[in-house]
Amino acid sequence: MANGSKQFVDFAKIKATMADPYKHPVQVIDREGKVVNPDILAEYSDDQLVDFMKKMVWERTLHEQTMNFSRQGRLGFYAPTAGEEASEMGSVTAFKEQDFLLPAYRDLPQMIQHGASVAKGFLWSKGHIEGNQYDNPNMIFPQIIIGAQYVETAGVALGIQKNGDKDRVAFVYTGDGGTSQGDWYEGINFTSAYQAPAVFFVQNNGWAISVPRRKQTAAETLAQKAVAMGVPSVQVDGMDIVAVHEVAKEAREFAAAGNGPVVIETLTYRYGAHSSAGDDPSRYRTKEEEKPWFDADPLIRMRKVLTDKKLWSQDQEDKLVEEYKDEFKNAMKEAEAAPAQKVSDFLKWTYNVPTPAVKKQIAEFEAKESK
Amino acid sequence: MAKMTYIKAITSGLDQVLNDDPKTLIFGEDVGKNGGVFRTTVGLQDKYGEDRVFDTPLAESGILGLAIGLSLTGWRPIPEIQFMGFTFEAMDGIVGQLARDHYRFGGQKNFPVTIRTPFGGGTHTAEMHSDNLENYFVSTPGLRVVTPANPYDAKGLIISAVESDDPVLFMENLKLYRSMKDEVPDDKYTVPLDSAKVVREGSDITLVAYSAEVNEALQAADALAKDNISAEVIDLRSLSPIDTDTIFASIDKTHKVVVIQEAQRMAGVGAIVASDIAEEKIMSLDAPIGRVAAPDSVYPFAQAEGDWIPNADDIEAKAREIANY
Repeated sequence: MANGSKQFVDFAKIKATMADPYKHPVQVIDREGKVVNPDILAEYSDDQLVDFMKKMVWERTLHEQTMNFSRQGRLGFYAPTAGEEASEMGSVTAFKEQDFLLPAYRDLPQMIQHGASVAKGFLWSKGHIEGNQYDNPNMIFPQIIIGAQYVETAGVALGIQKNGDKDRVAFVYTGDGGTSQGDWYEGINFTSAYQAPAVFFVQNNGWAISVPRRKQTAAETLAQKAVAMGVPSVQVDGMDIVAVHEVAKEAREFAAAGNGPVVIETLTYRYGAHSSAGDDPSRYRTKEEEKPWFDADPLIRMRKVLTDKKLWSQDQEDKLVEEYKDEFKNAMKEAEAAPAQKVSDFLKWTYNVPTPAVKKQIAEFEAKESK
Repeated sequence: MAKMTYIKAITSGLDQVLNDDPKTLIFGEDVGKNGGVFRTTVGLQDKYGEDRVFDTPLAESGILGLAIGLSLTGWRPIPEIQFMGFTFEAMDGIVGQLARDHYRFGGQKNFPVTIRTPFGGGTHTAEMHSDNLENYFVSTPGLRVVTPANPYDAKGLIISAVESDDPVLFMENLKLYRSMKDEVPDDKYTVPLDSAKVVREGSDITLVAYSAEVNEALQAADALAKDNISAEVIDLRSLSPIDTDTIFASIDKTHKVVVIQEAQRMAGVGAIVASDIAEEKIMSLDAPIGRVAAPDSVYPFAQAEGDWIPNADDIEAKAREIANY
């Protein structure tokens, strides 16, 4: 400010208004179950809406059964998904089998929908190589290093573009904490620079383990960060499966048509702990904070819409839950029947062509293993 | 056959692999129109098009992400990290991801990535441009690390690296780029990825070196020969894996050995070689294993490089000590 009077650049105003385009997350069904965008809802058939509900019941049941298995000591690392059903099922159902999925560790439900079996999901959690091998080759195992899946997405999307594949995109997930990683920017920016086909999801569930969303960044929304990379983005009510599906579908079409990538921030909530490995949310958040999110539950609001349309009943849902539980118990049996792993195999997979030292170690372990 | 510099030999090898396999891609910072800051990729974009040889945004972790994702979609990537000091920015991509990925898929998918990166002291660069960082990478299962010491090996090794289905870190020595010329065949040939080479035969002592230190060891061998000490010089060429057979065969002949590296002494390639020798060949030795390495300081400021980098005199002195033990 020159002499305290004339202002050349009004930074205060820029700061106050930069989030304006993102202030109203898109929505089709509000938290009371009221349809706020009937035009979009009308595009969905009754069967599709019932299928959305079934998938959310499936994911909620998977979560509950998985927590049971965890308590029984039958699983390893598992990242709970309750609360994120609309965000996860609404998005993954917008993609096709040929699309390439790069998940993180909270994305087992999307992987299973994309062609990994439930048993594979359990095997991944238990720490077994078969949990990394899927029938659908268009998928990589869950990423543990937050952000790495974003830079790899740039490569997959560029590869799709160079192969000349039409109607094919890469899609990837991270959480709110993931947007602070350098790799998050690099991945989106590279994809943007090459105008390659990818859809980047940020499932903003409010918490990166114990660190709240507001401590990750002073930006009012995470979606607006995409602007700096020349990428269109949207913030969507992540508890509204129809809205999530609709933005994901339109983003996929936009990217597949050669317009470059899209970033989607879903506003959701992690009901439970960060992971099954001893995290206790009561250490860092209050019941008062949790309650409005529990009230916004994606299953409650979809249940209301479907009940009003006479497409759903509690009886029907109870039966489904029992069916799904049986499915998951059978999957656990399948996972538990997987063959024991061998160190000699680990050594064989380390290189395509084993080095002399590795060859020697393979022979040593094979001798031990044959005893 | 033409006389070629080390850098031209690499360019010639890259030209060969781009020509042979339409799935090969070269990318990195300034590799396109500019042909690389050292001109290693000069002319390749003109010849093969921007689709195959292209610039990236300025971010090393992003470059490795591209390489991994391109592998997942059937390509054979040849990324360049402009200087080895910048590999720290891509450490997760190289060590945390790429090197582990074949294993993580239980062998179902290949990641045939060749990362080219210049390194090495003696050219008075800015900080982080000369460091010998191979120690970080030779302790990474799943990754091969090679570094040629002459133009012939440079072309043969880059072709082998690109044709390999394993990820390879290809270290190019800055000082050697234009300081030596060799007869290099115009036609395609390969140098195996996991073999050392006896570059001078001798009978009294074995000098094991790699990259620019091979030339220093050869000069030391010349000086030792004047006093009738016959030194055999081995160029490791591959730092991971290390070809111990070639080293052991030489020790069975000479019974004395000095292990040489330009990198700091701590936890280095020389330590690995020395321990392999100690484990397998200690009864064949007539003297302790000698080591020549840079001191354990951070890489020196450019003006002091000459006092820090081990040279032929250092090697000669250590070799005399071991030879006369």
